[in-house]
Amino acid sequence: MKRHLISTADLSRDDALLILDTAEEMAQVSTRAVKKLPTLRGRTVVNLFFEDSTRTRTSFEVAEKRLSADVINFSAKGSSVSKGETLKDTALTLQAMGADAVVIRHGASGAPKRLAESDWLHGSVVNAGDGTHEHPTQALLDAFTMRRHLNPGRGHDLDGRRITIVGDVLHSRVARSNVHLLHTLGAQVTLVAPPTLMPFGVENWPCEISYDLDAALPKSDAVMMLRVQRERMNAAFFPTQREYSRRYGLDAARAGVLPDHAIVMHPGPMVRGMEIASEIADSARSTIVEQVANGVSVRMAVLYLLLGGSEPAIAPTSSVSTVSTVSTASTAGITEEPSK
Amino acid sequence: MTSYLIRNARILGGEPQDLRLKDGVIAEIGTGLAGSGAADETVVEAEGLVLLPGLVDLHTHLREPGREDAETVLTGTKAAAKGGFTAVHAMANTFPVADTAGVVEQVWRLGRESGYCDVQPVGAVTVGLEGKQLAELGAMADSAAAVRVFSDDGKCVDDAVIMRRALEYVKAFGGVIAQHAQEPRLTAGAQMNEGTVSGELGLAGWPAVAEESIIARDVLLAAHVGSRLHVCHVSTAGSVEIIRWAKSKGWDVTAEVTPHHLLLTDELVRSYDPVYKVNPPLRTQADVLALREALADGTIDAVATDHAPHPSEDKDCEWAAAAMGMVGLETALSVVQQTMVDTGLMTWAEVAERMSHRPAAIGGLTGHGRPVSVDEPANLVLVDPAYRGTVNPDAFASRSRNTPYRGRDLPGRVVATFLRGEPTVLGGELV
Repeated sequence: MKRHLISTADLSRDDALLILDTAEEMAQVSTRAVKKLPTLRGRTVVNLFFEDSTRTRTSFEVAEKRLSADVINFSAKGSSVSKGETLKDTALTLQAMGADAVVIRHGASGAPKRLAESDWLHGSVVNAGDGTHEHPTQALLDAFTMRRHLNPGRGHDLDGRRITIVGDVLHSRVARSNVHLLHTLGAQVTLVAPPTLMPFGVENWPCEISYDLDAALPKSDAVMMLRVQRERMNAAFFPTQREYSRRYGLDAARAGVLPDHAIVMHPGPMVRGMEIASEIADSARSTIVEQVANGVSVRMAVLYLLLGGSEPAIAPTSSVSTVSTVSTASTAGITEEPSK
Repeated sequence: MTSYLIRNARILGGEPQDLRLKDGVIAEIGTGLAGSGAADETVVEAEGLVLLPGLVDLHTHLREPGREDAETVLTGTKAAAKGGFTAVHAMANTFPVADTAGVVEQVWRLGRESGYCDVQPVGAVTVGLEGKQLAELGAMADSAAAVRVFSDDGKCVDDAVIMRRALEYVKAFGGVIAQHAQEPRLTAGAQMNEGTVSGELGLAGWPAVAEESIIARDVLLAAHVGSRLHVCHVSTAGSVEIIRWAKSKGWDVTAEVTPHHLLLTDELVRSYDPVYKVNPPLRTQADVLALREALADGTIDAVATDHAPHPSEDKDCEWAAAAMGMVGLETALSVVQQTMVDTGLMTWAEVAERMSHRPAAIGGLTGHGRPVSVDEPANLVLVDPAYRGTVNPDAFASRSRNTPYRGRDLPGRVVATFLRGEPTVLGGELV
């Protein structure tokens, strides 16, 4: 593992499988009465959110607390940031306070990379969504969910599985992270969107492109619907909400042509009746709620691996007291610092 | 007045000759010129150095008045002198905007007082650069600053009627409109060149068509009303084609390219380091090669730096929050040497054409861009083309450090710059 998680493009197949396999171990913890590991005891993790995202922030917070980290939620709204403090000064402040890891959500593409490559702070940086760039933990939880349904088992990848991602690809950090990761894991990805919502140069991405949802569905093992944000609706990307919904929404008729084993995914928050019909979102093949649960396991795995987990998260004896809390020989390449 | 005897300089890259500078002009040129014996004559040994006419920049931002934290006329002209320039045009997007005779005269006066380089103010085309109402172009032309180049640079004069009227109006006093070609609707929120890289990075694109569509409109407008048009910082292969076509029609269109667009590409943006954020944005390698070819064949008339200093806090941040622009005065000649001379695309004589004669002619500067011959003003620069060095922004004379070349090896070095016979730079250092 690397020291930061900025982009899924930085993950090798081995890196990705290590995260997914570790997440399987973490998932076991969530089934216990006491859902807690001492792994990150004494480590400080800051959730630095420049954009409101209750879902993602809460998911990270649960993951951090299950690993016994000291959790600080730093919301940009109502803080010094809204008084004009820069990213640099916020980072210097967090560094001075001894943050071991910073989970950052930022509206500007590239802000997490800037943070990781600056000398403003020395802890690990986890990208929790940057602008229209990437959202790597979302892609990891999506892959985790797909693997459980389509090719279950540790060490397994998604070789040959056909994944269709539908919607506002242009503005979607989820789509970008998924394309990189799913390609690394051997899946065949098809992006479906109206041409106005395809990124420039998408033909060079490691995936197929289609404007026709109906053609893509019968051969999909998983279909992931992306939200279309309200502010796009008046910017000439498509004529009307209803036309978009007719051409690119997943309704019951379209879901009916999916293979029986196919799953329906959505990173949330969804607009029911727009990109996905309520009856499909709530159907047996929908993994939307399961994705949320898996998000906690995957984020636990990421934080565990970035912050020095070289040994199995859970010892074969299942005795939590043997879980490694410090490890200088970390594969994550972190120089261990004394607990503060 | 001190005289200078420059020995064994390769004028425009030719065979070594000697020059005597006296009373602000070139007094003698020859081989084996003897020292005058006068106590006040200084000998400058120039063996191996190339002598060019003092460079002329059509496009700088000296930031004064208003943003003296980024640059002042004094620090900007020091940077210009170190880069081999003897005259620079200062763009109008200051605070207040240079849209009145008062502001352009202030900038002009500050340039005179600096003594390092002549400063020719550019006047705004429209009041406050708002693109709505013509500024008092005639008053700026008639002022002590004698403005001839007008530009809303930083913003495009996107209204076709305003652009047409401006092109027509300045004919009365031999002016030219220098257009920053950027269709605003196609570039709302734009962060970088629209291409494969922007798609991957999730940064809003600045498509080439936003530049090319304005240039196409403007060359047609200029032809229709019989006016002169100058196109600022051409950055795309498509723009080159349009300008080439316009020139083939005999229309009075000129164009400039920046050094950074001759060397750098949008691949650098993958770092998300805002030092590479500039407007127009860094384009692709195909664009870079087309621009070099166009500069070599004369389709693009001039190199202009678009020197755009910013204080460190405006670059030490996330990409979207960062200011656009790069400093360029102190590295321009080195970049041109690397991209155009060392590649064999241009001779030193052609460098003199594109960095001195043509920009001076476009800007209407009579005392600059003159031939290197006897009785001409002694505005000259000595360059050591064999020098190899690493760019160290901490040594810049500019007040700002936002160079994309930090740590990069570039060839060539300005050894001496003479402004009307007096050195502003000697031995590579400011005098």
